[in-house]
Amino acid sequence: MTAVWVTVAAVGLATMAIKAAGTLLVGDRTLPPRAQGALEHLAPALLAALVVSQALGGSGGGFAVDARLAGLAAAAVALVFRAPLLLVVTVAAATAALVRALA
Amino acid sequence: MRHPTRPSGGPGYLDGVRAAAPIGIAAFAFGLSFGVLARSAGMGRLAPVVMSLTTFAGSAQFAAASILAAGGGVAAAVAAAVLLNLRYGPMGLSAASTLEGPWWRRALTAQLVVDESWAIAQRDGRIDRHLLVGAGLLLVVGWVGGTAVGVLAGDLVADPASLGLDAAFPALFLALLVGQIKGRSRLLAAVGGALIALALMPVAGPGVPIIAASLACLVGARRS
Repeated sequence: MTAVWVTVAAVGLATMAIKAAGTLLVGDRTLPPRAQGALEHLAPALLAALVVSQALGGSGGGFAVDARLAGLAAAAVALVFRAPLLLVVTVAAATAALVRALA
Repeated sequence: MRHPTRPSGGPGYLDGVRAAAPIGIAAFAFGLSFGVLARSAGMGRLAPVVMSLTTFAGSAQFAAASILAAGGGVAAAVAAAVLLNLRYGPMGLSAASTLEGPWWRRALTAQLVVDESWAIAQRDGRIDRHLLVGAGLLLVVGWVGGTAVGVLAGDLVADPASLGLDAAFPALFLALLVGQIKGRSRLLAAVGGALIALALMPVAGPGVPIIAASLACLVGARRS
C-alpha cells in the first residue's frame, strides 16, 4: 500500500511541476520571435503525433493495428464532408465498436 | 475573486466546456476503466481518485497502475509515467503567454493542460485561456468522476473499447489537426511530427515518440 501512495505522490508532484514549468519560467515575458514561431507550430506537430500514437500505439509500446484504425478512417471521411466535431468523434467510436462486434 | 475580462467576441469558458463535451464522455468512460484497473491492481479506492486529480493524464496513470500490478516496482512505474508526461513541458510552455495572475494561479491553471484541452484551446497558433479552462474543467470532472465510479462500481460496466471509445481520441486529434493546417510550414510540422512518431514507436518506449515529435515545431523557428 505504501508503494502505491509513494507512486501516486511522486507521479503527481512530477506532473504538476512539468505542467507548471512553462508559465513559471517564462511568466509574462514575451518570447523572442523565433521561439514564438516554433511554439505556433507545436500544435500541428504534436497533434499529428497524437493521431499516430493513439490510433496505432500498442499498450506496451510499438504498433497495434485494430478497430481504432477503422474508426479513424471513418472520422477522416466525416471530415471530408465537413462534419462537426461531435459527429466526427461519434462516427469514429461507432465504427470501431461495429468492427469489434463483427470481428 | 476578480473576474477576468475578455475581449468581446472571443470565446468564453462555456465555449470551452461545450467544445470538450463530446470527448468528456470518452474521458469519463476511460476514467472509469482506470478506476477498475487501479482497483484490481491493488491500489485501493482512494489512491486512484487522488491520482486522477493530481496527475490528470490518462496514459501515464494507466502505465503506472499496470506496472505496479505487474510487480514492476515504484521506480519503474514513476519513470514510465513521468516520461509519458514530459510532453506537457512544451505544451505548458505554449500556454504560458496566455495565463494571467500571480504565479500560484498561473501554476494552478496550467494543471488543466491535458492533450484534449490543449488541443481544443488552439486559436490562431496560440492557446485561448478561456477555452483551456472551460475544456480542462469539464475533462477533470469527467476523468475524476469516472475514476470514482470505476473504483466503487467498476464491475458493473462495459469495457470502453467495446463501445469504440478508444477510437474517439485519435478522431478528435485528427479533427483538430485538420483545423491547424494553414499554410505550408504548419503542414510540414504535422508531417514531420507524424513521421518522427512513426519512426520511433517501434524502437523507443511509450512517451518518447511524442516528445521527439515536438521537435518538428522547429520548422516554425526560421527567420521570417
